[in-house]
Amino acid sequence: MIESAATFAFACFALAMLMNLWKVVTAPDVADRILALDTMFINAIALMVLYGMALGTEIFFEAAMIIAMLGFVSTVAYARFILRGNIIE
Amino acid sequence: MENLFELLVAAFLVIAGIFGIVGSFGLIKLNDPMSRLHAPTKATTLGVGGVLLASMLHAAAFEKYFSYHELMITLFLFLTAPITANFIAKVHIHRQETRDTMPEAGGDDHWATHDTPEDEERRHASHTPPAEE
Repeated sequence: MIESAATFAFACFALAMLMNLWKVVTAPDVADRILALDTMFINAIALMVLYGMALGTEIFFEAAMIIAMLGFVSTVAYARFILRGNIIE
Repeated sequence: MENLFELLVAAFLVIAGIFGIVGSFGLIKLNDPMSRLHAPTKATTLGVGGVLLASMLHAAAFEKYFSYHELMITLFLFLTAPITANFIAKVHIHRQETRDTMPEAGGDDHWATHDTPEDEERRHASHTPPAEE
């Protein structure tokens, strides 16, 4: 039962990531692009945790943590750059 | 007991998958940029929370170890999601809105991102520190 549920979750998040990629390409404004990239990061975390669960290892949690931090910092840096033309003033 | 845990993990995974796909579908489906902001920041965050809960339960029930990393990731994501949403909304105000399309910011001032150098000078002029005796 867990296998089929995990397959379903894998498919959902993979499809979600494809939608985000589509939105990154066709976004009308830079705010939408930042939002789509941030969502892509979050979906990547979910995929990574699912993969670690499927393999039964703990290694992927560290990777997921790092991706989470990178995602937050890069989103804030991008938004900050648009807002102020500078990241660290 | 095993069956109960299996059912719980599977239910969390399915709910998480549905939330994740709804969040990203909302991102491409909704028309207004500010309603598009709602779908990923709320639904996708909940979806990841579901995956992390399922992973924690799975580790505790079947792999015979308890892992805390998921709690850290969940906490981090739930703390940072509102901050990123706020930043993206600010970018939207900065690029898409003007002073006339925004509601009043309160007081005699306007939204900070629409500040011009002239406004800053005016503000400095009206708040000059008292001359030293």
